[in-house]
Amino acid sequence: MLATTFVAVVLVVLLWEGYKWVGQQTDDRLPGTGIEVLVSTDDLTMPHAKDILGELLSDVRDGRSTLPMSLYLLKKAWFTLQEAAIGFFLGLVVGLALAVLMLRWRVVERGLLPWINVSQTVPLIALAPIIVTWGRLNDLPDLFSISLIAAYLTFFPVAVSALRGLQSPDVADVELMRSYAASWWTTLFKLRLPAARAYLFPAFKIAATLSVVGAIVGEISIGTKTGLGRAILEFAQRYAVSPERLYASVIGAAVLGLSVFGLVNLVERMFAGRDREVAA
Amino acid sequence: MSEAAVVVTDVEKVFGRGSAEEVMALSGVDLTIQPGEFVTLIGPSGCGKSTFLRLVGDLLEPTAGSVDVFGKPAHQARLDQDYGMVFQHAGLFDWRKVAANIELPLELKGWTKADRAARAREMLDLVKLPDFGGHYPRQLSGGMQQRVSIARALSFEPRLLLMDEPFGALDEMTREHMQGELLRIWRETGTTVVFVTHSISESAFLSNRVVVLSPRPGRIHSIVEVDLGERTEDTREDPQFFRASTEIREALRSVEDGS
Repeated sequence: MLATTFVAVVLVVLLWEGYKWVGQQTDDRLPGTGIEVLVSTDDLTMPHAKDILGELLSDVRDGRSTLPMSLYLLKKAWFTLQEAAIGFFLGLVVGLALAVLMLRWRVVERGLLPWINVSQTVPLIALAPIIVTWGRLNDLPDLFSISLIAAYLTFFPVAVSALRGLQSPDVADVELMRSYAASWWTTLFKLRLPAARAYLFPAFKIAATLSVVGAIVGEISIGTKTGLGRAILEFAQRYAVSPERLYASVIGAAVLGLSVFGLVNLVERMFAGRDREVAA
Repeated sequence: MSEAAVVVTDVEKVFGRGSAEEVMALSGVDLTIQPGEFVTLIGPSGCGKSTFLRLVGDLLEPTAGSVDVFGKPAHQARLDQDYGMVFQHAGLFDWRKVAANIELPLELKGWTKADRAARAREMLDLVKLPDFGGHYPRQLSGGMQQRVSIARALSFEPRLLLMDEPFGALDEMTREHMQGELLRIWRETGTTVVFVTHSISESAFLSNRVVVLSPRPGRIHSIVEVDLGERTEDTREDPQFFRASTEIREALRSVEDGS
């Protein structure tokens, strides 16, 4: 796992630098032709990988103190992680609840499912100020508002996949529970939820990454003082001066997204691991 | 007075009533099954034998007529958990180990953990799988899974066992073996069995009575009494067994001819 990650990183760096090198040799044209390449390879557009990675070690100002960029990003990421985590669990609870409601009443499914799909076409940037204003009017911390924005993204895959998973058992399985005179709730917990597991974990993984995206976008559109989103916004404004910094902060965001993805993976392994032990 | 296990009176079942695809699945069906009897339903596909079984099990409601089980409406019998059901596919829950699958109905009835475990062991012995309680269903062959399914259906000693082509997906040898096992279990437990099949030899070998159904709408065409005494593997080569099979076959032929 770690080795694969390392190889992948090395490959990306090689591709990046290789592309840049070729572009520099041919003055940004495809070799042997006069066609311009899509992305120009100058140091402003594509800083050297070593400069980006070096940026992670160089000092950056944080209020009155200075500290290495990587620590700075880690500190910011901690806030974002909290928002993302709350958003993830909120989305999970809401998504599951919606799925159960839709399972219970066909009418709800017919009435609600289109709206759930439409909900994802509303631009987050437009939604964020509404949520923040509402949150501030109700004396809720901005952190919670940002979590709500993240939850707005995460509930969707959970609701849709959970519904499919809960509906996945065979008619015969449902009839079996019926023959035992099992109640609707008993059937939900003993049959439908366990059967939905195969559908839920992939959705949780998508939701986990989305929760980070939602938290970052939420931070940016709210204008909070802290978090990865804030850092990205600041470095974006100074891109012309130091492009490496923006790239470095994007790496920070990617690492955060991958970490939560990995975390969900780990939880899934723990579940599946129990099965495998006995199988062996 | 011995009360009948199943009394079906003038039952009719229509699917999609009033729609363009309206189908009369069963019409004017009367049948009484005594406690401890082994009754098989046989007929060409579309004759409503699975529908009949589901009506008895209260998984479907009749459009007209009544179904009584042990002197009460089928609905009440289901709520009283008088039924054990076995389908063509074993339908074991793959996230539960074999023993936990057998314990499922006991769990729903609120048995204690110790009682459940003890019963699961008994049932595993009964279906000759004593060492497989800790396995997952996918680690078992189709025949073994079907035996677990039977163990699950019998675990709570239901008064009525409803089986819908339970051996349909098995190969011939496994199938014959399972038939023998089922008869042994039936004798040991004294339960009443209603069994759906489309195999003539299976129906002759297993049952006291074979109910031959005719299709569109499903009706009882005839009932063949089978008296082979105690069945053993030799029964399969007994002239009596052939005679019973022939009688069932001829009944089925006349169904096909529409007489």
